[in-house]
Amino acid sequence: MKNTLEIDRLSTYFYTEEGTVKAVDDVSIRVREGETVCIVGESGCGKSITAMSVMGLIEGTTGKVVNGKIGFDGENLLDLSKNELRTIRGNEIAMIFQEPMSSLNPVLPIGQQITEPLMQHQKLSKKEARLRAIELIKQVGISRAEQIFDSYPHELSGGMLQRIMIAIAISCHPKLLIADEPTTALDVTIQAQILDMLREIKEKSNMSILLITHDLGVVAEMADYVVVMYSGKVVEEGEVVELFNNPKHPYTKGLLKSKPIINQRQEQLYSIPGQVPNPLSLKESCYFHERCAQCMSICETQQPKLKEVGGSTQKVACWLYEEGIADV
Amino acid sequence: MSEPLVEVNHLKKYFPINSGLLNRTVGHVKAVDDISFSIQPGETFGLVGESGSGKSTVGRTILRLHDKTAGEVKFKGIDVHELSGKELRQIRPQMQLIFQDPYSSLNPRVRVGDAIGEALLDHGMLQKGEIRDRVEEVLASCGLSSYHYDRFPHEFSGGQRQRIGIARALVLNPDLIIADEPVSALDVSIQAQIINLFRHQQETRGLTYLFISHDLSVVEHLCSRIGVMYLGSMMETASRDELFRNPLHPYTKALLSAVPIPIPKLKRDRIVLKGDIPSPANPPTGCKFHTRCPFATAMCKEQVPEFRHVGHEHYVACHLV
Amino acid sequence: MSTMSSEVVKSSRQDHTAVKSSLWTQSMRKLRKNKLAMSGLIFVILMFLACFVGPLFSPYTDGKINVTAMNKAPSLKHWLGTDMLGRDVMTRLLQAGRISLTVGLASMLLSVFIGSILGAIAGYYRGIVDQVIMRIADLLLTIPGLPILFILGALLSEWKVPVDSRMYIVMLMLSFVGWPGLARLVRGQMLSLREREFMQAAVVLGLRDRRKLFNHLLPNLFPLLIVVATLSIGGAILSESVLSYFGLGVTPPTATWGNMIDSANNVIDFEKHPWLWIPPGFAIFSTVIAINIFGDGLRDVLDPKHKK
Repeated sequence: MKNTLEIDRLSTYFYTEEGTVKAVDDVSIRVREGETVCIVGESGCGKSITAMSVMGLIEGTTGKVVNGKIGFDGENLLDLSKNELRTIRGNEIAMIFQEPMSSLNPVLPIGQQITEPLMQHQKLSKKEARLRAIELIKQVGISRAEQIFDSYPHELSGGMLQRIMIAIAISCHPKLLIADEPTTALDVTIQAQILDMLREIKEKSNMSILLITHDLGVVAEMADYVVVMYSGKVVEEGEVVELFNNPKHPYTKGLLKSKPIINQRQEQLYSIPGQVPNPLSLKESCYFHERCAQCMSICETQQPKLKEVGGSTQKVACWLYEEGIADV
Repeated sequence: MSEPLVEVNHLKKYFPINSGLLNRTVGHVKAVDDISFSIQPGETFGLVGESGSGKSTVGRTILRLHDKTAGEVKFKGIDVHELSGKELRQIRPQMQLIFQDPYSSLNPRVRVGDAIGEALLDHGMLQKGEIRDRVEEVLASCGLSSYHYDRFPHEFSGGQRQRIGIARALVLNPDLIIADEPVSALDVSIQAQIINLFRHQQETRGLTYLFISHDLSVVEHLCSRIGVMYLGSMMETASRDELFRNPLHPYTKALLSAVPIPIPKLKRDRIVLKGDIPSPANPPTGCKFHTRCPFATAMCKEQVPEFRHVGHEHYVACHLV
Repeated sequence: MSTMSSEVVKSSRQDHTAVKSSLWTQSMRKLRKNKLAMSGLIFVILMFLACFVGPLFSPYTDGKINVTAMNKAPSLKHWLGTDMLGRDVMTRLLQAGRISLTVGLASMLLSVFIGSILGAIAGYYRGIVDQVIMRIADLLLTIPGLPILFILGALLSEWKVPVDSRMYIVMLMLSFVGWPGLARLVRGQMLSLREREFMQAAVVLGLRDRRKLFNHLLPNLFPLLIVVATLSIGGAILSESVLSYFGLGVTPPTATWGNMIDSANNVIDFEKHPWLWIPPGFAIFSTVIAINIFGDGLRDVLDPKHKK
């Protein structure tokens, strides 16, 4: 299968008054055609910054992509000019965000916001764009499409707005959809609708999805392949079933154990002790060592590399799986 | 059964919608619309619902952060909404609130130790000199250290702030703690820590909780009895085992089936509800759930279903059960 | 239980390194890094020192009229020349600065005092108290400040108020037009603070009103007050200058920067004796700018809503 997106050794740093934050530190992620890859991790692990780097949204004086390649369709997105990037953004790569309310312009009717990219990227006439927009609104499961076409964002609920965002995102048949916590702000019953719909659209159009979430339940439902991030680093990745059934990294294990599951009762929840380290005071070490029950002396001084284990696609960055070290 | 610690009878809380130049009231948001339940001492009662269900308003009306519109709220047999300002202030230490947002619920300009200890002073529970010891003791029991006493909230992470909020409530030795989505702003690994802390404190202090949450898996883990709310009405209450094993209301069933489970490729019979949650300012007639209910009949559109006892302390408001 | 205690150990190991600092010391550290704001502050301090200490070293402080040295251009003897009555402009400039700065500072203090107390009362108690205070403030705000000041100034002259007490009355006048805006700002801040969750927490904890007001609300109000107060000194200095320029504020022989410029209100002085009006003009201009730059810097570090 062809790779749609190839993030290769990406590093994105933020320069603050107190020091440099390595928000994304040497991260490689590959998304194949028609595949859903989930980046999972807690706040501050760099999952959203990775997505923003792909979209070229890291701008301004404080943040900068300092290293790496973002391969899309044989081109390195980081080498493209702003104009070239604009023809790709919203056209071949689309993005939806956590807060649909703030991503739509409150003073423009919904219809206009859907037709604009159609007219710009697909060169449709106004009339054609309107027809296509109404078709799209129907496709995302909204029945009164004509009526919605003329309404304003504040007249719709959060779930409806997220549907509209998805309609805009898929309007130009993107090859890749980046979804940054698309259902976090929504209620569970609405989340179920949106996830169902995303899966359906993906199957029909063979689009790739890069889904960013903190919810392991959503990951299990959506992902083909999972990337676990911690403090700006990928600590583990693999096929979803393999990773959930046989997590290798102590962090992944802890994360999976600490989530209560419906109809699987336990007396005491497992919890990972401590908290995420301050990104300003990271030293050469495994960034998880302070919270790890299996911490060894090497973990405090050297950073483990992401390596394949057990001849499968699963990769883990942990000294426990380095030959000759775990035994010592 | 012993005397309930909290008794909520036919509680209503309507918020007026004002508009126009004269600020006239043009309608009401029926945030809580005729709700009854009781909480026994030592139990954890879970209140579940989606946004607009009025679950937080119930919690805040019990504490009289909002004045009720109708009905009554009894705490240890005393009607909280009939108390004078002075009496209310005296009873406040016995019922405490823990907030969702660990950032906005702590005053950024008050030291952690003072934030926890000041209520002890105001209620004359301890002398000035005794406060530090007591606060340090509570800090320790909440997984914090004594040197955190002189710090300011901005120096703490979200999880630690939530511990501070819990310590602030516990220091008064309350009987009831109302926790309003206390873990939903936290990361998964921190969530588990706080949930365990809630458990641990209940075991050691014999606390009673009203635990408000939208997350059914957390509620199942912590609560002994659960009430399911939708648009200001109680749809179903039952013990935890009963509710999860034998949910009767179609809304409860849909809610349960909608929760994503972290087991990949799991085959599930999911009931995906159609449409959106209606606005509580203009709720549907009859059964409020009929607009989204896959089994709705003509009767559901017209008649409000009675909240009935169906055995095993299981109550449900549905015509079809 | 074992997980509990290990959590404690782990978390304490982690944040022992964190520095103990209050929001104040943090803000001040940030302010010190803002070079522009600090240069504003240093300029204002130097200006104060010059005005209050400078004249002590001048031989011309008596302000006597010297017919032999009228309208002299700047020289070594008279650094900024002399005016039409032969008085040393430099000395008068510094003496005028004393009055202008005092008036600015004092009327700011007074209007902040009135405005913040009334605004806090209105915002805290709401209801009828709020209505009365805010309607009065609205009324005063609907009439532009300068016309009121002109009318009041004209009345001062009409009633032949003694020259010595005019300075104090000008201060009162300036605070009279200054407080409504402040009251409004403080009330708004108070209303939004009341709705914050930590104030709800204070209610649930059953804290006394006194503690809620003094330990929770006021400390959150101070940063805003300091910023607004600083910025309003500049405004007060300007208003005083305008009044005095029109002869409606502090009047000669007491010098202020405003009435010094007024003494150059004819074309001859304007063209031939620029040392009469350029120095006071520059003093007003630079002081107000320095205060505003410093105030903006303060706002950046103290008022989180204005963060970029």
